Amino acid sequence: MPALVIAAHGSHLNPGSHDPAFAHADTIRAAGAFEEVREAFWKEEPSFREVLRTLDSEEVYVVPLFVSEGYFTEQVIPRELRLAGWDVADWNSEGTDADYVTLTAEDVDKTVHYCGPAGTHESMTDVIVQRAESVTGDPDVGEGVGLAVVGHGTKRNENSAKATEYHTERVRKTGRFEEVRALFMDEEPEVDDVTDYFESADVVVVPLFVADGYHTQEDIPEDMELTDDYREGYDVPTDVDGTRIWYAGAVGTEALMADVLLERAADAGADVGNALDLVRQRTGGTAAAGD
Amino acid sequence: MNDTQLRALREAAADGIACDGLHVERTEDGYTFATPEATHEGLDEKAFDALAEENPWLVSNWYYWADANGASRAYRRWIERADELGVRERYEELVDGLSREWGQLLVTAELGEDGERVYELRHVDDADMEPDALALHDDLLDAREITTLDEDGQYRPLKTAPTLRRGWRFVSLDGRDLTRTVEFFYPATVANWSREREGDLDVTHFRATAERQTGIYDVVDELDAEGVGNIARACCVDSQCLKRREWDEDDETELDAPRGDGAFPCREPCSLVIAAARQWAILENEDSRTYEFELTPSEKAQLEEIVDAVAEDRTDEIREADVGDGANRYRARYLRAKRTDEDGRFETVGSSAGDSQ
Repeated sequence: MPALVIAAHGSHLNPGSHDPAFAHADTIRAAGAFEEVREAFWKEEPSFREVLRTLDSEEVYVVPLFVSEGYFTEQVIPRELRLAGWDVADWNSEGTDADYVTLTAEDVDKTVHYCGPAGTHESMTDVIVQRAESVTGDPDVGEGVGLAVVGHGTKRNENSAKATEYHTERVRKTGRFEEVRALFMDEEPEVDDVTDYFESADVVVVPLFVADGYHTQEDIPEDMELTDDYREGYDVPTDVDGTRIWYAGAVGTEALMADVLLERAADAGADVGNALDLVRQRTGGTAAAGD
Repeated sequence: MNDTQLRALREAAADGIACDGLHVERTEDGYTFATPEATHEGLDEKAFDALAEENPWLVSNWYYWADANGASRAYRRWIERADELGVRERYEELVDGLSREWGQLLVTAELGEDGERVYELRHVDDADMEPDALALHDDLLDAREITTLDEDGQYRPLKTAPTLRRGWRFVSLDGRDLTRTVEFFYPATVANWSREREGDLDVTHFRATAERQTGIYDVVDELDAEGVGNIARACCVDSQCLKRREWDEDDETELDAPRGDGAFPCREPCSLVIAAARQWAILENEDSRTYEFELTPSEKAQLEEIVDAVAEDRTDEIREADVGDGANRYRARYLRAKRTDEDGRFETVGSSAGDSQ
């Protein structure tokens, strides 16, 4: 029976960085789709370099818990997993299209289905919407409400902006929210000026980040003037220049994220049985969401 | 031994069995049943069954190990010293438990029903604690949380740092869950230990690891051999990490730093070493300069004491009023007041004055 590896960044400094990877792994374990589910990290252990040897399975689905294609999904993870013959061109992606490629890990001679990142899967759009529901406490949130999807921006990786715009467009097409916009930390339109970009009295702000940390808990709340000092916290919602800002924190902490990871593996051929339905039920998603 | 085990033994006899002193086979001439003490040949099924009944430990022991494989099997047999102890001796010892230390874990194997093994895990320093004094965990995923923070609530980015907190135990683990739990505490250690025993440990030396780095870690390969040795001395000795360092500068250049005595090997510089190496690679780009400032002999000794106290992580142990210790807070504050300027920099004299950064 195959194994699932959730490949995340982790941190040398922040103990909360691994929490989303652990939580989503546990959800998938409980659904029983895989004999083995293991978290692996760039900065923690097991490392990408050694995770495959900890598994009994000879066939492994690896899903990066990253929000966009780029340095980690294209260079670091395949290199550290020792995927023989890896070529990013095999993904044939324009920045948000990576699905999977099947290769052999040289050191352990195991078959690895290396999947695109969770953040660019179409079902990620549902997670963003559910994050908006969670933070407002309103399962029907949308009417008269603006939604800002916040990405890191292009200074670090141009695909980060593509992923942000991709989901923004998908949410906009549903017509559920009054206004939907992509905002960025380090390029125009900037999240600092969030109230300039929306006319709605209520705006939900969802950062397209995997884990809460410096950017989502310190930078963005201060930049949006939710608080002068992140250590003092902020209210949800907070009134900023007459607009009520519902700041959601990292989308990757939303329980439904487990569904995206599982969908990635299923798209790559994993037989996940009824696990997708189980995971959606348990994480508040609706069956066949996003289709 | 139970009926299931006896039936399985009869069935397996056709292919032959050899396990820990028990030899069984079935040929045209009947069954063979051999123990370390005696060999019986040409047996019919009734006689075969009778011998099995007389040697229940040998049979249940074979049955327990028959389905196990890979690193987990080798690891668990190491726990109960299967290479050293015969089955009878082992079973007698397993009643009270056979233990091994694995980093700061104490792994204990005990005998369950009909030769099953059950395992307990606790901190080595909790070896003599009454079971009720330790928090009982029945979900092996809890191990991930136990490893995240140390006793003082500080984050542990390195799982094999010797700072595992105490006060917990896992009981009644089966073989598979034992290995999984151990690997949550110390990821990949069982796999790499097993590879090493098989003579198949794939060591990646510092130079190779440094050369494959990209992005902000690209600079790591600029560090020279002396710097790499200092890294191993700073980060990889037993007081900092319980893995036993097997990597060197490269496969021809050994590092002159203690490798450690750990049970499990370190096959490659870890991400913490690489992140620290990046810092040192950048710092080592600076050239040494000569500074001239005045210190009394005691003040020079005090600076050395401060460096040592930080390096050995003993600043918390220095008593507030112990002004005899050079790394005492009041002593450090006095030195700062006397010898540094308002920015906390040593006031240099002579030709290098003004160059104190």
